Amino acid sequence: MLIAIAPTSTWYLILAAILFGIGTLGVMVRRNPLVMFMCIELMLNAVNLTFVTLATAMTNINGQVAVFFVMVVAAAEVVVGLGIIVSIMRRRTSATADDLSALKG
Amino acid sequence: MELAVFILASAMILGGAIGVITRSNPVHAALSLVLTLFGVAVIFVSQEAHFLAAVQVIVYAGAIVVLFLFVIMLLGVDRTEDISIEPITAQRPLAAIVGVGVSGIVIAAIVTSRKALNAAGEGIDKNTVDAADANIRQLARSIFGTNVFAFEVTSVLLLVAVVGTVLMARRVKLHEVGK
Repeated sequence: MLIAIAPTSTWYLILAAILFGIGTLGVMVRRNPLVMFMCIELMLNAVNLTFVTLATAMTNINGQVAVFFVMVVAAAEVVVGLGIIVSIMRRRTSATADDLSALKG
Repeated sequence: MELAVFILASAMILGGAIGVITRSNPVHAALSLVLTLFGVAVIFVSQEAHFLAAVQVIVYAGAIVVLFLFVIMLLGVDRTEDISIEPITAQRPLAAIVGVGVSGIVIAAIVTSRKALNAAGEGIDKNTVDAADANIRQLARSIFGTNVFAFEVTSVLLLVAVVGTVLMARRVKLHEVGK
């Protein structure tokens, strides 16, 4: 009987919303810039999940095209972000965001 | 069957996501992130987005997480971080309220508008999509047809990102500083 229930789009959207909430929580709680980046990836994936679900529900391929572009931009963002973290860490030994509160070299 | 896939993929996604924010060691957090990304790829497959599922595994789980691990190893920040202390007073309860609030608001919006969603369509027509490459063909037609300008702009974006990163991460030699 349980097999007969097929998950509707609403279920996928709620899953994406929970994933987004977890990502938000992580960015606010964690102090390691690398882990904060990973939490941003979680939020991007939640949005991608929403896009794909709605593309399927609306029978419209443009949702999947949007996910494709989000992935490209996410890759570029990770490269730049990690470059910034590497160049900061060369100068400082600590690895927490609290020590980076001043915008001076 | 679809329900079983959904439950397993949800468990992977949520378990991995909780691992990312609770593991004190960044390497463990990155590996939890892989679990989440694979779960998302599974859901993409079950939603008929085959090309995106492949890209998800190759680009996210392959390239981006490896980049994360590479930077963790390079910087030597793979020490376990002490996450038992709270840097700012009452930060965690407030963050929990905001996180739950964001999720709650979005879920409330989804639940109240689900009638409109169900009226809009009952999923991709399986008859037209059944040809194995239909998804890729549709996607290609959209990316290289309608959105070809945006596609070209992303190539410029990637080039700028690469050049900028090389410039930032470069070690400036002392005798070059004066020039």
